[in-house]
Amino acid sequence: MLAAIGVGSVAELFSPISENIRSKADFSAVEPSLDDIALKKRLLKLSAKNADMDRYPCFLGAGIYDHFIPPVVGAITGRSEFYTAYTPYQPEVSQGVLQSIYEFQSLIVRLTGMEVANASLYDGATALAEAVIMACDLTRRRHAVIASSVHPAYRQVTQTYLSTLPFDEAYLPAHPETGQTDLAALSEAITDDTACVVVQQPNFFGVVEDLQAIADATHARGALLIVSVDPISLGLLETPGAQGADIVVGEGQGMGCFPAFGGPLLGLFACKKEFVRRIPGRIVGGTVDRDGTRAYTMTLRTREQDIRRDQATSNICTNQALFALAATVYLSAQGKTGLTQVASLCLQKSHYAQEKITGLPGFESIFSGPFFKEFVIRCPEDPTILNKSLLERGILGGLPLAQYYPESSHLQNAMLLCVTEQRSREEIDALIDALKG
Amino acid sequence: MNETLKVIEPTIFELSRPGRTGTLMPECDVPERPTAELLPGVALRNELPLPELSECEVMRHFVRISSLNYNVDKGFYPLGSCTMKYNPKINDQAVLMPGFSRVHPYQPEETVQGSLEVLYRMQSDLAAILGMDAVSLQPAAGAHGEQLGLALIRAYHEHRGEGHRKTILIPTAAHGTNPASAARTGYSVVDVNTNERGLVDVAHLTAQLEKNAGKVAGFMLTNPNTVGLFEEDIETISSLVHGAGGLMYCDGANMNALVGTARPGDMGFDVMHVNLHKTFSVPHGGGGPGSGPVGVKAILEPFLPVPQAAKRDDGTFYLDYDRPLSIGKIAPFYGAFLAVVRAYAYILHYGREHLNEISENAVLNANYLRVRLGETFPVAYDRICMHECVFTLKDLKKHGVKALDVAKRIIDYGYHPPTMYFPLIVPECLMIEPTETESMDTIDRFITAVEKIALEARDNPQLLLDAPHSAPVRRLDEVGAAKKLDLAWSPVGHSVDAVSVS
Amino acid sequence: MSTIPADLKYSKSHEWIRTEADGTVTIGITDHAQDELGDIVYLELPEVGRVIAFDEVFGTVESVKAVSELYSPVAGEVVAVNDTLTNAEATINESPYENGWMIKVRLKDESGAEELLTADGYKSEIGE
Repeated sequence: MLAAIGVGSVAELFSPISENIRSKADFSAVEPSLDDIALKKRLLKLSAKNADMDRYPCFLGAGIYDHFIPPVVGAITGRSEFYTAYTPYQPEVSQGVLQSIYEFQSLIVRLTGMEVANASLYDGATALAEAVIMACDLTRRRHAVIASSVHPAYRQVTQTYLSTLPFDEAYLPAHPETGQTDLAALSEAITDDTACVVVQQPNFFGVVEDLQAIADATHARGALLIVSVDPISLGLLETPGAQGADIVVGEGQGMGCFPAFGGPLLGLFACKKEFVRRIPGRIVGGTVDRDGTRAYTMTLRTREQDIRRDQATSNICTNQALFALAATVYLSAQGKTGLTQVASLCLQKSHYAQEKITGLPGFESIFSGPFFKEFVIRCPEDPTILNKSLLERGILGGLPLAQYYPESSHLQNAMLLCVTEQRSREEIDALIDALKG
Repeated sequence: MNETLKVIEPTIFELSRPGRTGTLMPECDVPERPTAELLPGVALRNELPLPELSECEVMRHFVRISSLNYNVDKGFYPLGSCTMKYNPKINDQAVLMPGFSRVHPYQPEETVQGSLEVLYRMQSDLAAILGMDAVSLQPAAGAHGEQLGLALIRAYHEHRGEGHRKTILIPTAAHGTNPASAARTGYSVVDVNTNERGLVDVAHLTAQLEKNAGKVAGFMLTNPNTVGLFEEDIETISSLVHGAGGLMYCDGANMNALVGTARPGDMGFDVMHVNLHKTFSVPHGGGGPGSGPVGVKAILEPFLPVPQAAKRDDGTFYLDYDRPLSIGKIAPFYGAFLAVVRAYAYILHYGREHLNEISENAVLNANYLRVRLGETFPVAYDRICMHECVFTLKDLKKHGVKALDVAKRIIDYGYHPPTMYFPLIVPECLMIEPTETESMDTIDRFITAVEKIALEARDNPQLLLDAPHSAPVRRLDEVGAAKKLDLAWSPVGHSVDAVSVS
Repeated sequence: MSTIPADLKYSKSHEWIRTEADGTVTIGITDHAQDELGDIVYLELPEVGRVIAFDEVFGTVESVKAVSELYSPVAGEVVAVNDTLTNAEATINESPYENGWMIKVRLKDESGAEELLTADGYKSEIGE
């Protein structure tokens, strides 16, 4: 090959890089090479240092959920045809990815009750930030009113995104008794410069919001309603679309993706049809080929960065195609019956657990609002310490909330617990036994 | 659409039949209460319009559509600027280990020491490979990394009382994400020209720095650049930009040319992102998920997003949130952890002893392809290239054939087409990146195919204009797709007539 | 070779301008512009009554893979918009100088007018 190129050595190919630069390249701080067997052992050893949910029943939620993944999901996402393909810029040889995204968009539309969905964004938090920016652009207003019952990390990410743009945000405290968005406070917080109101459904405390009332208050001042939704809850709950949401975002991890220490994830984004040209990220549409056969292609491409550059609707250049596929297979396999059952099991089991725990001395419920699969309890002692004793019994306890709400005295010693369909009665009872001390 | 459509595979909705399900969910094992009693006053949905299929039907549907995709495991995928290298299979095994896949981000620190160690070691290994002082693993993709890098530059200038620096210089040949990310972070963009050698026009850069004196926040440069050439004047460029008070940002999309050979940190770059899904073998997944870690020099380290993985003196690992100058959070948790695991396994495979083999073989393959295929189509800037090179096919215009037609004909020969029409500064271009994982035999066969296509363009151009002939579908009506938006399936008017495909 | 009617004025950003008998001017994009863009799939035009400045963006025209801003070659108030182009954007490709007109403007002042090109000037501008 060197002879064909006409050089004497590989080093000569790097001659455009100055000797000064090349001489500085010191890689001694990189770890040494491992052979195949040593590498496998190293990875097994590292992974074994973690306590995984298969061995430790997990009662953590807060945006990442231990939902059952039907085996067919892994069987499909593990196929080379899907996971080693690139972005479908050449539609003639990418119909598999394209059709799966078209089906994903269709499923998200159906699940959320919205009119259009995109091919997905990075995660629920950045999807929310994108939605807020889109709402500011659409309304030509600069201000977002965000319920403090929206996931704290989502609020922080949105704040970082807005901090480099001429937009800002204000937070709306939850009603201390119900845990829901305080409607009276909401109406006061919205001004003529409010682009959007942002709520989460169910909210970070697990409480189900009255979306219709929030939508009415929001629309009364010409602002848009953004709802960050847990898609699994939509197996039971009315869709945000039917209750007046203008943009729906969410985290799709619960639909067939691993908890995976928090990433990669699956950002959902759906909205009203009238906003379709302002949507960030990829969109796939149906069309036909020259022979009239149904086919799919990326469309509305002029919104995107490679064509519109600094005028693009977003800088995003990817979607989470493989995880969108996982969610598509998940929703296809669970289907109408399965997803309803999953949502029902979450509802029943979490209420069983909540009732038992609040029956224990020293434990009490904090919010009276209706909840879906997560709930907040006040513990008789620091929940961090409580979690250590749970761990000794092989249980991963809930999330201590005080760190996220240092200003809320009623949330000191509060713990957010999550019970999914994966938790058996036996595991819930073991949790309750352990909490008894 | 009311007419009967030919379809290769119906949608999942058309395959649905009432009453079927693909899973067996458990009976409720706790005392069951009516839903309305548990959710008083809550609006419930009347219907859940999801498809109904058996597991077997679901499996077959997705396997059938999977067969319509080209993919790296099937063959050569020479997409320029995308680094479609083979994805080692041990990485797949790693991410399926329950200790990695079945762990919650909010678990107590003592239960996730393995994950934290992976993050910590990757921060350190990547910093060493890039020649940087610190790395954030949080960006979910390259563009997300650009956004973070620019936010760090912004925080740096603001911290020094120079918040008025709101201009980012970007070459006209840059990836579209560069100006889009600059807009996202509140910057205005000033163009820098490319000279006749395919490199940054240093005189124009100097003029732009003078014209925008006091306003320049930084220069965003891909190196090797978007025509596959190393910016030979990089040290001069860096000192010019630094002299004007700006910082140097490296778009690391083309890092595959440098791994184990040279480090952007030694070229004067202050901040960069690298794509784990390009350089470090994370599979592209049909478009994602990816991962775009950002490396910085010490001057930018205080501004990195929270948290960073850190190590205590006693050898335990933790997440460090105590970073008072941090720009905040850019990801809900700690980044694309499973992508980081894959890339970590990849780096461990090569190690410090063999990393250079990546860049050396990538550059060797690209130059071989440049010289051999250069006999058929002119190379846009014909001299030693890095990991990819750009050909211009404007001479084919006389046959009425465009680069697009050649790309589509390449499909018929069993390969994925190269990148077309990027960078914008080269007319009718194809950008080819063979990567280091391809053998000489594979590259030779590809070259032979393209040579044949060049003859076909002369002798039988219609063959190219009608290509592809052997793909699952022919060229699409993209105008129709954009005008008559069909973005979600609905039962109205969709009647189908399945066609068979081999 | 694209069509460049001799009786129109042109801008470097590929808009054409026709002065009507009532003193208003009609604006559209040139045959060369529509050919470069390809099949037009989307058009955004201003509302009647909007006052636009010389060189201000008054709309956007999109094909599948390109987007182009429309720059006003004159200053004035928009008095008519060609609504027939909605969902019939191909008209711009088929008849850029007649049925594909975009807006009519009542001039506010003459500023900018001297910048306009003649048919010959535009012809050499686009290298034909």
